[in-house]
Amino acid sequence: MGERLEQAPRVNDSGRNFAGRGKPRPAFALWGLLTAPLAWLVIVYVGSLALLVVSAFFSLDDFTGKPTTELTIGNISEAFTQGEYISLVVRSVAVAIAATLLCFTLAMPTAFYIARLASRRTRRALVVALILPLWTGYLVKAFALRAVLAPGSEYGDGGFMSGLVGWSPGFGYVAVTLTLAYLWFPYMLLPIYAGLERLPNSLLDASADLGAGSMRTFRLVMLPLLLPSIAAGSIFTFSLSLGDYITVKIVGGTAQMIGNIIERALLAPNQPLAAAFTLWPMMIMVAYLAVMGRAGAFKNL
Amino acid sequence: MQLSPLGRLALRLVTYTVLGVVYLPLALIFVLSFNSAKSIAWPPVGFSTRWWQGFLDVESAREALFSSTRLAFVAMLIAILLGSMLAFALQRYEFYGKNIISFLAVLPIALPGIVTGVALRNTFVRFGWDLGFLSVVAGHATFCIVVAHNNVIARLRRIAPNLREASADLGATPFQTFHLVTWPLIRSAVLAGGILAFALSFDEVVVTTFTAGAGVQTLPQWILNNFSRPNVLPYVTVTATLVMLVSLPIAWLAQRLGDSNPG
Repeated sequence: MGERLEQAPRVNDSGRNFAGRGKPRPAFALWGLLTAPLAWLVIVYVGSLALLVVSAFFSLDDFTGKPTTELTIGNISEAFTQGEYISLVVRSVAVAIAATLLCFTLAMPTAFYIARLASRRTRRALVVALILPLWTGYLVKAFALRAVLAPGSEYGDGGFMSGLVGWSPGFGYVAVTLTLAYLWFPYMLLPIYAGLERLPNSLLDASADLGAGSMRTFRLVMLPLLLPSIAAGSIFTFSLSLGDYITVKIVGGTAQMIGNIIERALLAPNQPLAAAFTLWPMMIMVAYLAVMGRAGAFKNL
Repeated sequence: MQLSPLGRLALRLVTYTVLGVVYLPLALIFVLSFNSAKSIAWPPVGFSTRWWQGFLDVESAREALFSSTRLAFVAMLIAILLGSMLAFALQRYEFYGKNIISFLAVLPIALPGIVTGVALRNTFVRFGWDLGFLSVVAGHATFCIVVAHNNVIARLRRIAPNLREASADLGATPFQTFHLVTWPLIRSAVLAGGILAFALSFDEVVVTTFTAGAGVQTLPQWILNNFSRPNVLPYVTVTATLVMLVSLPIAWLAQRLGDSNPG
């Protein structure tokens, strides 16, 4: 009731109705606040992304190894038509999807337990405990997974898994997928947990009252309502996995992903070709963001 | 929702298994940093503190530690300033294009690091700016802005707008209101955002690799350059443990500060 009163329309001096309470129209102060951060994000960041797209069309001066402003579609056609590169892109997308699914499969029950079953005190502690590793260093964690997954040879120099259970997946795509899922797990957990906390109990109760079992309630009530949160989490797990090349170096063995060829082209040095390769993850991410945006992801970022 | 006792138990089991799996590799690195052998093989050969003792003598690692700290500090300051300004603008005003701007702020961490890194490097090189400390700072600040912004905007949303109105009604100028009312309420969130930005910058490696010239080596880069060198490997485990021991407590502190009640 109190809330209702507070939201009653107010009439100001000019007799106009102010629906957005405390939110004045754009003013001098707004531009003062916005100019610097916007300049940074638009000019430095978006500007760089745009320039990157343009520079994929630049040709390389064979003599100096530097890009010239002479336009060519050679780089694009190399990056987008050669079977070798296309299969690399397909593998990268497959790894990113697998890591995302793994994150979701583990985050869903964990988030549910924390948000709905754990006591108030444990809830807080568990959330913090599971989010904290996000800040302990990407490389530290990738390196730690190397120590877990390292395959053993006849010298018995294997990592934790191989030393303890005598088997490990070894270095390769499986290890890369596991490590990426390990790295980005909190990004999936957090939005799902937040979504579950917002979910009204009454809906779940109503579903149960109408005779749905827990699996059915999960599938028909919870999952659709959580879709935006899951989509938001998946943007991070998918994108960060897709562009990764360092995890691949650490636990990938001979495996290669898009990031590795971008790096290789850049060090060649063939900057325009590297830019052309970068268009792959950019395009895939734009498509992915568009699909996830439809699922309501941006309300949950 | 009706859940059988077995179902509850299963969910509990999954949760604690996940928790264990998350911390096991971190604990493993800690243990291995005391391994007397130059290897990350399991089981460790024996206990030794010599890698810890020798660590500060490894000049490249020490320098990397300093440059990481300096870098993260400057990136943090820029992120706090720009992120807070953005948060104020987005929370307090209604204007056209608001959604696009908040999307733009998230983009640097939603796009793969390699895209951001290659794009910035490309721009810096094209305009003839030297790759070095400043270019890395620019790269890091770009993806740290969103962390500071998220913390500040979350706090601003929790502050009742009538506090500001009351302050204005009592005759305070906008500056006085900010100084005496708003700032004390958001202080801890700004600090929390800053700490998280620091931690994010401190261990970032992809954008760093592409925006750093030959002269800059951060701690994560040092780890990356040395993890496959058998002679340096033990120092890599020490460094990794060190990064963990620094970042875990400060991240925990940031969580506490971010969650604390305004005021």
